[in-house]
Amino acid sequence: MSQTIVPANTTPKPAKPWAASSKDRIELALQFIAAIAISYLIVAVTAMKGKLAYVTIFFLAFIVIDFAVNYIRRGAPAAKDALFRGFVTGAVFVAVTPIVSILLTVVVRGYKGIHPNIFFKDMHSTTLNDAVTQGGLLHAVIGTVLMVAFAMAISVPIGILTAIYLTEIKGRFARPIKFLVQAMSGVPSIVAGLFILAAIVYPFTKNYNGIEGSLALAILMIPTVARTSEEVLLLIPGDLREAGVALGGTQWRTVMMVVVPAAKSGLITAMILGVARIAGETAPLVLLTGGGDTTNYNMFKGPMGSLPYYIWKGFNNGTDQSVTRAWAGIFVLLVMVLVLFGAARYLGNRKVGK
Amino acid sequence: MAENENEPIENERENMDKTEIAPSSLAGIAAGHQPKTPGSNVMGVGLEARGVHAWFGEKHALSNVSLDFWPGTVTALIGPSGCGKSTFIRTLNRMHEFIPTAAMAGEVLLNGEDIYAPGVDVTKIRLKVGMVFQKPNPFPSMTIAENVLAGLKLAQLKSENKDDLLEECLERAGLWSEVKDRLNTYGGALSGGQQQRLCIARSLAVRPQVLLMDEPCSALDPGSTLKIEETISHLSSSVTIIIVTHNMQQAARVSDYTAFFLSAGGPGQMVEVGPTNEIFSRPKDKRTEDYVTGRFG
Repeated sequence: MSQTIVPANTTPKPAKPWAASSKDRIELALQFIAAIAISYLIVAVTAMKGKLAYVTIFFLAFIVIDFAVNYIRRGAPAAKDALFRGFVTGAVFVAVTPIVSILLTVVVRGYKGIHPNIFFKDMHSTTLNDAVTQGGLLHAVIGTVLMVAFAMAISVPIGILTAIYLTEIKGRFARPIKFLVQAMSGVPSIVAGLFILAAIVYPFTKNYNGIEGSLALAILMIPTVARTSEEVLLLIPGDLREAGVALGGTQWRTVMMVVVPAAKSGLITAMILGVARIAGETAPLVLLTGGGDTTNYNMFKGPMGSLPYYIWKGFNNGTDQSVTRAWAGIFVLLVMVLVLFGAARYLGNRKVGK
Repeated sequence: MAENENEPIENERENMDKTEIAPSSLAGIAAGHQPKTPGSNVMGVGLEARGVHAWFGEKHALSNVSLDFWPGTVTALIGPSGCGKSTFIRTLNRMHEFIPTAAMAGEVLLNGEDIYAPGVDVTKIRLKVGMVFQKPNPFPSMTIAENVLAGLKLAQLKSENKDDLLEECLERAGLWSEVKDRLNTYGGALSGGQQQRLCIARSLAVRPQVLLMDEPCSALDPGSTLKIEETISHLSSSVTIIIVTHNMQQAARVSDYTAFFLSAGGPGQMVEVGPTNEIFSRPKDKRTEDYVTGRFG
């Protein structure tokens, strides 16, 4: 029998022996300081200037120091590992910086145009050049909500059914349809707008209204929903389909009761991605909706405003007031899309266990 | 060996040798399991495979299998991987055709009628011939209770009293006492063995006449395996069970009849079928003997 150091009846304290020690942390801090010092030194000595130079040199210096330290301490493989980790981290920063920067710019520039009126008033008796506290973008919010909602109502069922055809029924036309869907997802939005213009507006309605804009948005949204839904449905294990069919279900009932519910949260993501694709589309709306300044709840009659249209018009106008209005419009559009994302995520995750 | 046949002493020794073929007590396990006499428990004619062949594309996977399954018995299908056991049981409830390149020949008679005859409703066949898969596959979007009753909804069957049916099926699958307090939680939270018994309960809810089990314990620990085997013995009085297994102790423990499948490079074939205790103690075919004694496979 070996002796136990710890008495048998005491539970040891949970610890993380693999965590960084304080010595490691000090070392890391020293590396940071050294990298900062080097970047200052190099910028001061050479002709390079500006924030970009500091950041780039700091990053490179840090990677070199990290590589050297790891090489000395732990050898070549560890040093290569550190190098790889350094570049990946750097790439993440490069990718995230523009996104954060866009969000900050929108908030900084847009907040000046935000006041309670914007959700209660429209622009029918206000010009873009009036003080930003006058008028509002009710007409644009209503227009965007109605048109996006109608486009969703058309394209979500069509997109998901297309995906079901491609993954579950796998019919004779699956390959050509898959090809078409992929090709369609690259269609520029102005082409969708021109198509509706040529197919509906000129021959039939000869008028601008919300429904036409909505149809163009639906054309853009269907391929996104179909492709993403297809990916999601392909992830559902074949076991579940077999289990459903082996219990005496028809294929249709198995798909509706087993496959689609199992893929629910992924299908909601597909829907969100579709909305994200169209929420900011401007070109077809400029072509088709007439972009009225009066709040219009009727999609079938009269011009209909929308946030992208309002933003486009505001920037085009070029005065301080109108540009501030445009930034406020971007701010509102971003918040609306984020709220929609949050709501859809919540609904999608609410019931699924595990 | 044939030249010794006239000598009684040698003959006896040979018999002794034969009983010792499976020293790992496989024969002993099987001997304790007396097969039910065919037809003693009459519940219809049962299930009969007549000259079944199966293909995947150009590949001939299974050749000319004829096998009768008597009502109320457990039949184990054993044999090395790739010998067509799983393919064979999938022809018995028409799950074979689920694979796009699949083809078959022969007849499968359920209660005397060919399930592949034109005009037969395939969903009705699968209601009568249920299936439990290798990997537990409860429906992730459904609770335990919903999983058990899923078959009713899928096949659009009516049930007088769903609560009774739920309890009965879980009880028969040996799971009721473990889950009765959490019927409305999701099946995915159960352990692997519980999930598999949940899948058995799910297939029982549509009252199948035959239950096909495709290596139901291969993903489970010994404790769960034991529970599933107990479940199989309980069920065998009311349901005809056909079980594919790689575990020969399991075949010896649970089955009344055993069929040995083998593929010698070409399509899989059934080498031998017989009462389980005979297959494990006195197999007629040399290849069966080699397999059950662990000389290959």
